[in-house]
Amino acid sequence: MAGQSGTGTSATRRLGVLVILMLATLALCGLWFSAEDVVQGSTVRIMYVHVPSIWTAYIAFGLTALCSAVYLSGKNRSLAWDRVAGASGEIGVLFVAVSLVTGSMWGRLTWGTYWVWDARLTSTAFLFITYVGYLAVRQLGGTHRQRARRSSVLALLAILEIPLVHFSVTLWRSLHQEASVANPNAKVALDGLMLFSLFLGLIAFTMLFVWLVLHRQRAMMLEDAFSDRGLDVAIAARRNEAGA
Amino acid sequence: MSGTSINKRRIAIAVARKDLTIEWNSRILVNQVAPFAAIVMVLFAFALDNDGILQRVAPGLVWLATLFSMLVVIQRSFTVESADGALDALRVAGVDMGAIFVGKAVALMVQLFVLELMLVATAVVLYGVEMTLTGFCEAIVTLVVATIGLGSVGTLYGGLAAGARGRETLLPLLLLPVVAPVLIGATRATEAAFGSGGTTVSEGWPWIGLLLVFAVLFCAVGTVAFGPLVDE
Amino acid sequence: MDTVIELSGVVAVLGQFPALAGVDLTVQRGEIVLLQGPNGAGKTSLLRVCAGLMPIERGTGNVLGIDLATNREAIRSRVGLLGHANGLYLDLTVMQNLQFWASTVAATESEVSSAMATMRIDGRLSGVKASQLSAGQRRRCALASLIVRRAEIWLLDEPHAGLDAAGRDELDALLRSAVASGATVVLASHERDRALGLATRTITIDGGGAA
Repeated sequence: MAGQSGTGTSATRRLGVLVILMLATLALCGLWFSAEDVVQGSTVRIMYVHVPSIWTAYIAFGLTALCSAVYLSGKNRSLAWDRVAGASGEIGVLFVAVSLVTGSMWGRLTWGTYWVWDARLTSTAFLFITYVGYLAVRQLGGTHRQRARRSSVLALLAILEIPLVHFSVTLWRSLHQEASVANPNAKVALDGLMLFSLFLGLIAFTMLFVWLVLHRQRAMMLEDAFSDRGLDVAIAARRNEAGA
Repeated sequence: MSGTSINKRRIAIAVARKDLTIEWNSRILVNQVAPFAAIVMVLFAFALDNDGILQRVAPGLVWLATLFSMLVVIQRSFTVESADGALDALRVAGVDMGAIFVGKAVALMVQLFVLELMLVATAVVLYGVEMTLTGFCEAIVTLVVATIGLGSVGTLYGGLAAGARGRETLLPLLLLPVVAPVLIGATRATEAAFGSGGTTVSEGWPWIGLLLVFAVLFCAVGTVAFGPLVDE
Repeated sequence: MDTVIELSGVVAVLGQFPALAGVDLTVQRGEIVLLQGPNGAGKTSLLRVCAGLMPIERGTGNVLGIDLATNREAIRSRVGLLGHANGLYLDLTVMQNLQFWASTVAATESEVSSAMATMRIDGRLSGVKASQLSAGQRRRCALASLIVRRAEIWLLDEPHAGLDAAGRDELDALLRSAVASGATVVLASHERDRALGLATRTITIDGGGAA
């Protein structure tokens, strides 16, 4: 059970230590031990943050959609499904933002521009905005169940739209031949240690994601429980209005 | 017993007719939205200040003006429901939400289609666009297919964003990312229809295919998702 | 006797506020029940819960045998709710409004005309846009669409408000004849004296509960 003073348990603390270790190893491998790229030099090292970030974001949004589908599938599903969906969505937005920023920095360092209209970057930007909208809808208020139903439907709609947007944007950019040079990580040749570092990054970021979601959904559970307790107080106060 | 076995198709028709009658009685589209859209087209000309460029980007401008005007039309579609608690009354009547969705979506499609025709005509006049006959046919098909998609997705998100404080401003944020495929597809197809920048008419048909996928998808999804999104 | 509404310990919330803080209520078929109480007591929310519009957070209840917690959508087509708003489309004429509402329940032309005649909104008034009607006239329109619904339970929130003396008499007669044809009426009203003559039973609502 969650501790009295926070959302951590012994399990999450162990996970947290593991995550820190992996991230430290990743930093060492990525920033120190692995080789530079022939063409890009040291700037290729951004890849070790950029690629795992977007990968984790996809996992996050997939999890959001999955939990939303489960929540909607039964008549009286636990609100925990909705909380995990919401936590996952929030963390996903965070990782997409990191991916966009690192991608932009990478482009600036390699090609001199902060933004290019290539298919992947544009789709990622849309991904970001779509889920910002999802978070906005989660804030609309109402009872926990109302929020859960609304958000779940929206999450499933989002999963439907994303491939459509991605497909349209890809088709659009394929009309413009110069698009293929725009993606910095398309032309990086990966040797053994670089590949290993990349995979290490994927795993480390995914575990970081799990750790963040565990804490966030517990915090949400505490928030919900707090407002429910507030409801008990409010009910008592309301009954006292009568005959006053 | 009232309401339990009413033909859904008839409800959808009644709702569509009701929305179009409201528009006919109040003439908001004709008196307010169309002039707004036309002014947007004129402002584009001021901003871009180059006849060659205007002709080249005319398709994009038509669809941008459509999307911006659409926001207003959608909000109007749901304001009429909440002005005197009519949507509540519809829900109490136990009317099937999917049927309401179809009715409102169809009415929205009709209004958008009229608007788009006007905008295409404006582009021809203001931006010097010239079309062949096949190009014109392609343009009409594009309008129809794109509008079906826009009407469906607009009604769906319009319902979510309707009414309560702090919700109306959600509509642009939620809707515009979703209609990006329509903007991309419709603009490319219209470019082909107008022959802008040397595109041929035949290049437009694949994009119309994309628009068709979008339209079918959101018609189906909207019918199912509208109820849960809008209900309390 | 046939119980049409049965609520036990029902809590319903508006956002975080408990509009209903534990309500017990039983209504039998054919009753005319008056809910009275101060503003903010929860009368409107109680009516909305009975209509299946508002979800319940705690407690149990059923209306016409249908469980409120699991299946409240099914209640809706069988009851009629007249809230503070009239449910009219302001840009449509009276006739267009009534025809639309009639089509949602597949009512016949004659049912519509007789409902309009009963509420005295036929004739000249039928071609007037709803936005140009007075408050009392709009109320009569709303009541006409309620007649057309043939509801089993009439849930009315301040139905006398805005009506003139003749209108109020008509409303009372209307409610009595509805009950005579098998319906049940629950109304919330400030109009104590008036409604006392009409009601078979009075319940006071205060602080989100029945006193």
